[in-house]
Amino acid sequence: MSAFLAKRLLIGLVTLIVASIVVFAVLEIVPGDPALLMLGMNATPEALEALRSQMGLDQSIPVRYFNWIGGMLMGDFGRSWTYSSPVLDLIIERGIVSLPLAILSLFLSTAIAIPVGIFAASRRGTIADSASMGAAQIGVAIPNFWFALLLVYLFAVWLRVLPAGGFPGWGAGIWPALKALIMPSLALALPQAAILARVTRSAMLEVLGEDYIRTARAKGMSRRTVLWRHALRNAMIPVLTILGLQFAFLLAGTIIIENVFYLPGLGRLVFQAITQRDLIVVEGVVMLLVASVVVVNLVVDILYAAVDPRLRVKA
Amino acid sequence: MSAHQAAPSRSFGLLLHAFGNRSFLIGSAITVLIALVALVSFFWTPYDITHLVVANKMKPPSWAHPFGTDHFGRDILSMIMIGSRNSIAVALVAVGIGMGIGIPIGCWAAARGGWVDETLMRMNDIVFAFPALLSAVMITAIFGPGAINAIIAIGIFNVPVFARVARAGAMSIWPREYVLAARASGKGRAQITIEHILPNIAAILLIQGTIQFALGILAESGLSYVGLGAQPPMPSWGRMLFDSQTRMMIAPYQALFPGFAIVVTVLGLNLLGDGLRDLLDPKLRRER
Amino acid sequence: MTLVKSVLAATAFALVTSTSAFAQRADLVLGVVLEPPHLDPTAGAAAAIDEILYANVFEGLTRIGQSGEVLPALAERWDISDDGKVYTFYLRQNAKFHDGSAFDADDAKFSLDRARADDSTNAQKALFAAIDTVEVVDPYILKVTLKRPQGSFLYNMGWGDAVMVAPESAATNAEKPVGTGPFKFENWARGSSITIVKNADYWGEPVALEKAEFRVIPDAAAAVPALLSGDVHAFPMAPVGEVLEQFKADPRFEVVVGVTEGETILSMNNGKEPFNDIKVRQAIAHAINRDEVIAGNGMGGLGTPIGSHFSPANAAYEDLTGTYPYDPEKAKALLAEAGYPDGFSATLKLPPPPYAREGGQVIASQLRQIGINLEIIPVEWADWLSTVFKEKDYDLTIISHTEPNDIDIYSRPDYYISYQNPDFNAVIEELDVTADEAKRNELYRKAQEILAKDTPVGFLFELPKIGVWDANLEGMWHNMPVQANDLTKVKWKQ
Repeated sequence: MSAFLAKRLLIGLVTLIVASIVVFAVLEIVPGDPALLMLGMNATPEALEALRSQMGLDQSIPVRYFNWIGGMLMGDFGRSWTYSSPVLDLIIERGIVSLPLAILSLFLSTAIAIPVGIFAASRRGTIADSASMGAAQIGVAIPNFWFALLLVYLFAVWLRVLPAGGFPGWGAGIWPALKALIMPSLALALPQAAILARVTRSAMLEVLGEDYIRTARAKGMSRRTVLWRHALRNAMIPVLTILGLQFAFLLAGTIIIENVFYLPGLGRLVFQAITQRDLIVVEGVVMLLVASVVVVNLVVDILYAAVDPRLRVKA
Repeated sequence: MSAHQAAPSRSFGLLLHAFGNRSFLIGSAITVLIALVALVSFFWTPYDITHLVVANKMKPPSWAHPFGTDHFGRDILSMIMIGSRNSIAVALVAVGIGMGIGIPIGCWAAARGGWVDETLMRMNDIVFAFPALLSAVMITAIFGPGAINAIIAIGIFNVPVFARVARAGAMSIWPREYVLAARASGKGRAQITIEHILPNIAAILLIQGTIQFALGILAESGLSYVGLGAQPPMPSWGRMLFDSQTRMMIAPYQALFPGFAIVVTVLGLNLLGDGLRDLLDPKLRRER
Repeated sequence: MTLVKSVLAATAFALVTSTSAFAQRADLVLGVVLEPPHLDPTAGAAAAIDEILYANVFEGLTRIGQSGEVLPALAERWDISDDGKVYTFYLRQNAKFHDGSAFDADDAKFSLDRARADDSTNAQKALFAAIDTVEVVDPYILKVTLKRPQGSFLYNMGWGDAVMVAPESAATNAEKPVGTGPFKFENWARGSSITIVKNADYWGEPVALEKAEFRVIPDAAAAVPALLSGDVHAFPMAPVGEVLEQFKADPRFEVVVGVTEGETILSMNNGKEPFNDIKVRQAIAHAINRDEVIAGNGMGGLGTPIGSHFSPANAAYEDLTGTYPYDPEKAKALLAEAGYPDGFSATLKLPPPPYAREGGQVIASQLRQIGINLEIIPVEWADWLSTVFKEKDYDLTIISHTEPNDIDIYSRPDYYISYQNPDFNAVIEELDVTADEAKRNELYRKAQEILAKDTPVGFLFELPKIGVWDANLEGMWHNMPVQANDLTKVKWKQ
């Protein structure tokens, strides 16, 4: 097991190194001079030169790469050029919006999808099954930003029960902050819930077809007991895998939704930073997102291995 | 069960199943309809959308303009018709890129095994670790926004998907007796892959293809919505949603119709994918 | 559809009447489109910085009023020597920085010297180019000597880039601005909002508001619901496009269309074929239907047509929109004369604002009618500044030049438009040394006429300032002579 773990960790590390080189190289060739953007159309050449050396842009590319990597290893992600504050602070400031948003939508999608999936599986072939799976089909097909727009006009403009967007900050209290996250997380959760409901249903059906379930039924256990006690637990393995993958996806998926609701999250940060050519921020956030995907994959791999020893040998 | 044993009776059976499969019927009907709309738009649209008549702007749906007009006075029905070309083209080429690169990688990994497999799959993981939207944002930052760059971004995302599916499929075929027999008769890995493996994994690849196609249309609309996809004056559904969202209050029709176009198209493709899976994948057919 | 609308309207009204009336409010939430990159107006070109801090937190020696006039600010009054070279500023004696330190001539000298220093990162360094020496005569008297007389000097000192800063806090203003204004900086929630609060120790007339929050709402789509739901009380530059009609019809809101100093133009690369040929430029000018461009400019069809590079709000403005009237046939003939009977292809680079991205599509459609096929290339600001503005790698672009009184840009050597006309340059040189108002206006008119005739660019329209705010709010600026949201006179109606 430890050899397996070591190997997985090594692979994760290599992924991160390659990703850092790719990200850095890609952003090197992005056109646009950040100094010029900050000073604008009437900037004098001397002023530009002064600002460039302030930003460290006059150093060579490899020097800047290793400074960056070295800094990140020490927990220093550098200083944002446009915000002139530490990148790590920005990431934390934005992370406390994006992370709760992702968690909330994950929670919502699970809360919607799993009961629906189980319900559909337990009533296979009935109208209820077709209706819920039909709804899931439509849910998968709806673009989340369009759904978000419909929500805004329904709840913020017509009913005026929820704010149209923005984020008051956690300092404003838990409820106002949560209120601002309800619609965005709902918009993010819907398509995920639709996918998850379908996965849950088919996982349940697969488990229900297994021999031990039939045996349990034959032994006289009630349908309900079999469903909840035996089937659900075993069906959860594929469901949890999908959930793990969706979490990383949700973190990145917030780029669009945060734009619709003008939430100051990581997605908006990276999007803004790119248009403002604040490359050091882009690099930091992208690395963070890639790292989170790597970590989630690692956890999923380890969980798999724990469940199924055969996989350990194969890996 | 494999393509080798395919006989007329099997095709006939499939056809019968196809007519009895609701998902497949509805899905293919929608897909054909959208394809037809896209084709027709090459020869005819109700109005010429390249010539702006701003005086006609913001007209609600009427007989002259069934879906209304936009803020430039363009006919929304014509825009949606032409926009379908963009959605289809981007998603289709992106699937093509994913299949063209991903399938050979997956097959090669399965055929060689060992360190080749390991290396290829780890490279796959690296690509997969970049959320698609993020790589799209970075690609468009370098090359500027545009349909081509949307294709590349979505295509890159598709590569590891197809590589994984192809590898998993191929791995399950390699231990089969007829493959072992072919190996024993001295056929090379490449030849076996072409003759035996590919025909047998074609079905799952086709199913995955329709799913990725649908995802591609959603992804394209998302990219266009944030301004990174197709650029004006080329109409695109996501872009139309972006353009019209401020006016949702006074002209909801401008945002509703392109949204419906996306939902219907994606729904059609997903249903088609489900239907295909029911028809082509016997294991799943049993479970449903 | 009408049914939906009436239901909608009914719902809206029901909701208005149900919300309780607020008494004696003193807080304000303002929507702004762009978040400032930092909060130091002396170290960045971003208009977003001035839109929050100018006149509210920072003040200069002079300031620009709502109609573009020069008003005294930290300088109570001033004398100008007869040769127009020496300015003596008499400073206010009771002005204090927000950190408690007093403002005096040493601070003023520091601020001006810092802005014009070799290592200065001031984005408008040219404003200070005429300054020769700055002397402290007395703690409250500052003498500025110019190298040459400069008619616009007092105006220049009113720019956001020329505000007064304290030596102790100059380096940290980017994150924690310390000025002398009626509001103090309180908090910046990055990506979200900036809050300023009333400065109890202000030297002048105290402000009515206790607190103002500038909320960053970059998406036009989000601006509309934010206003409608009451989350935001005012949007001084409301990116609401066609929805403006909805706001006009709604008694909850006041819609004010004012003027800015933004001449929106179709810039042509005069240094490149075929745009170096005046016939081609004239053809393009004739092919542009300004009314249609304005109707489709993404700003609710508002904007005043212009025929030269000058604001219609200015006293020296001359209407030259008739110089090259819309006439596609004549345009085609001119193109043929220039040697392009079948037209040609070119690129049109469009920066992010709607006037460019939307208006550009109308322009492209109009030029197509005379055979000029434009490929639209959307670019981000960073890209626009590097490739278009600096490297001059472009054919056509649309841009609003929002700096006030900036007709002189056409005389700048190496400017991105690459327009060269010695006669025009002579007029600008004369302007620079003329202080007499009537004479200046005369010269401005001459400059406008030369530009209109040469049409180095396609003159489109003056950017409107579309303000939407709560009908109970008063004292908001209607016009935007400088990029600012001066809140000093804003209050809620009782």
